[in-house]
Amino acid sequence: MGFFSRFRSKEDNANLDKGLSKTKESFFGKLARAVAGKSTIDVDVLDNLEEVLISSDVGTKATIRIIEQIESRVSKDKYLGTEELQSILREEIAKSMGESKSELYGFDLLNKKTPFVILVVGVNGVGKTTSIGKLASRFKAEGKKVVLGAADTFRAAAIDQLRIWSDRAQVEIVAKEMGSDPSSVAYDTLKLALEKEADVVLIDTAGRLHNKVNLMNELAKIRRVLQKLMPDAPHEVLLVLDASTGQNAVEQARQFTQATEVTGLVLTKLDGTAKGGVVIGISSEFGIPVRFIGVGEGINDLQVFDKNDFVNSFFEA
Amino acid sequence: MFDNLSDKLQSAFQILKGHGKITEINVAESLKEVRRALVDADVSFKVAKEFTQKVKDKALGEKVLTSLQPSQLMVKIVRDEMALLMGGEAVELNIKDNPSIILISGLQGSGKTTFSGKLASYLKRKKSKRPLLVACDVYRPAAVQQLRVLGEQIGVEVFHQEDSKDPVAIAIAAVEHAKKNGFNTVIVDTAGRLAVDKEMMDEISRIHKAVVPSETLFVVDSMTGQDAVNTAKAFNEVLNYDGVILTKLDGDTRGGAALTIRSVVNKPIKFVGTGEKMDALDIFYPSRMADRILGMGDVVSLVERAQEQFNEEEARKVQKKIAQNKFGFDDFLNQIQQIKKMGNMKDLMGMIPGMGKALKGVDIDDNSFKPIEAMIHSMTPYERENPGVISGSRRKRIAMGSGTSVPEVNRLLKQFEDMNKVMKTMQGGGGRALSQAMKRR
Repeated sequence: MGFFSRFRSKEDNANLDKGLSKTKESFFGKLARAVAGKSTIDVDVLDNLEEVLISSDVGTKATIRIIEQIESRVSKDKYLGTEELQSILREEIAKSMGESKSELYGFDLLNKKTPFVILVVGVNGVGKTTSIGKLASRFKAEGKKVVLGAADTFRAAAIDQLRIWSDRAQVEIVAKEMGSDPSSVAYDTLKLALEKEADVVLIDTAGRLHNKVNLMNELAKIRRVLQKLMPDAPHEVLLVLDASTGQNAVEQARQFTQATEVTGLVLTKLDGTAKGGVVIGISSEFGIPVRFIGVGEGINDLQVFDKNDFVNSFFEA
Repeated sequence: MFDNLSDKLQSAFQILKGHGKITEINVAESLKEVRRALVDADVSFKVAKEFTQKVKDKALGEKVLTSLQPSQLMVKIVRDEMALLMGGEAVELNIKDNPSIILISGLQGSGKTTFSGKLASYLKRKKSKRPLLVACDVYRPAAVQQLRVLGEQIGVEVFHQEDSKDPVAIAIAAVEHAKKNGFNTVIVDTAGRLAVDKEMMDEISRIHKAVVPSETLFVVDSMTGQDAVNTAKAFNEVLNYDGVILTKLDGDTRGGAALTIRSVVNKPIKFVGTGEKMDALDIFYPSRMADRILGMGDVVSLVERAQEQFNEEEARKVQKKIAQNKFGFDDFLNQIQQIKKMGNMKDLMGMIPGMGKALKGVDIDDNSFKPIEAMIHSMTPYERENPGVISGSRRKRIAMGSGTSVPEVNRLLKQFEDMNKVMKTMQGGGGRALSQAMKRR
């Protein structure tokens, strides 16, 4: 069992449903309309399905793949009803999200050397600092000793922002002046964590657009510097994606993976109207699991991502 | 920026090549590709559909112009329609009132605070205004602090009430403060909010009613996907905003949101954010954007930026020096510094037609001038004025001094010599240049 399994109470599931209800309603509603009154899959149904998927940011590539799979399933299994279509869809989407990676394997702290070092990366404004605040509070509640590293030394007041989160979560923070070298902040953070025998280290980084090679190289430097103190660090690199981002998220995943070997995704702002469908393609193309979803601004509004829950809450009333 | 889209459109138009005429069949083939490319560029599914339908109608209607290559004709139609869709002519900010109040709205993380800072800096530098920034984001940790830091950077006062949790009251107090203290524009930065958050949408509506802004702006991340339609509509229903700001365009997003938003809410895009520095703000020009999307480059922007940095007098001096064969390394250094002032090298190169594609995956380092500058700094003033005297031993010394090598110094000297030759011929034919030089004397 994963480290987070104990967090998943019934209440959490209710929250997940609440957070995803927007996604579910529109997806399901549209799907119901798409198949209403149809006894077989005809071109119209597939066209409507295409619109549903594309309007959810699933992207043309993944949409075409899903539709082709459904077409071949239908010609083989002689599909008939709406319910069957739903279950086929659910299966196909779940399948394309990749099944090889077990949930949260990287977070199984009990089997790992401590501290467990998590580097958080992403483009500007996706919610990195907020996600770190929520994660810190989660780990703290779990009784872990957490140290935060304020390595976003570029954006105005980013350090203050993380400091406020560290106060809220009551965890330690390592911060330097704005404009100082982010690698040195990361180094000092890990050094302190080792001295204090902390369990988890969360390192915040400045938002960077993935096409700026120099900034991406900076991430590689942070990694190298961490490895001076701990050869296998960072143990997890979380790429934070904004659910309202369109197909550019694929490019973000590609570039950040090349620069830092991303091991997990955090999908934020799912409490809005955005569907976040782009993670389906990302997850399958890069084999990176989604770890968490952000469904609000409160300190507890970060939930462990569960592929089946995610797909189910699309289709289950 | 939009390389992928233009690649795809180009391949779509390849299909048309070899056909003498745009017919129902060949247009349908290529438009399918265009539609897919648009959707992949995050243009709304519906807008892409409507758009391709429009292009199709236009294309079929224009059969007459068979003197053009069908593919050229299609490029023209797609480009014109795209510019039309994005809003025709550029629309300026309404800042005639005193004070003019500008209300900034948008989702979390779209870049409202950064844009507020850039706008204040822009109004101060280019419109000779005296702006006041107002920090109304009382929710996000350190949001007020962020605006204060930016205000300090650009030398603009920031109005804030650290102990107040009421953005409406803060906004009202700020306007009073502006009136009393002679600020003629007031930029109200607000918290990020989701369109489905009724309470928060109600709050911004109350701010809007309280301060009666002359400009209400909706800030949207250019990477936004299909959700752009919903959010743009929802904010418009509540605020009936005057314009849209497209941020983070310095990324590699294809920016379909730009195409979508105007057509959905019928509001112009007024500015685009192109970097994290406080001067990385450009006015939005729909036609240039369309050119850019189609890979035609953005030459006009480039020329304007160049004009802004090079003053004419300086240019005339340089010309004269070239004519008199007195263009030395000090002048060269000067030129380099001016180019650097124009902005990020990659941005500049990206604006040149055809370069966008060539630059894919290449990062042009702003530091690429560094070794050249180091070599020039290692020359004596005499050497800089008279490059001809730089002998073998001098070259060795310059290489040592600049941390480069003799071959590198040789290369620089050779390039400098070639450049001088080219510049001389560019002066418009020996005779005329000479006569002009004579006249000036």
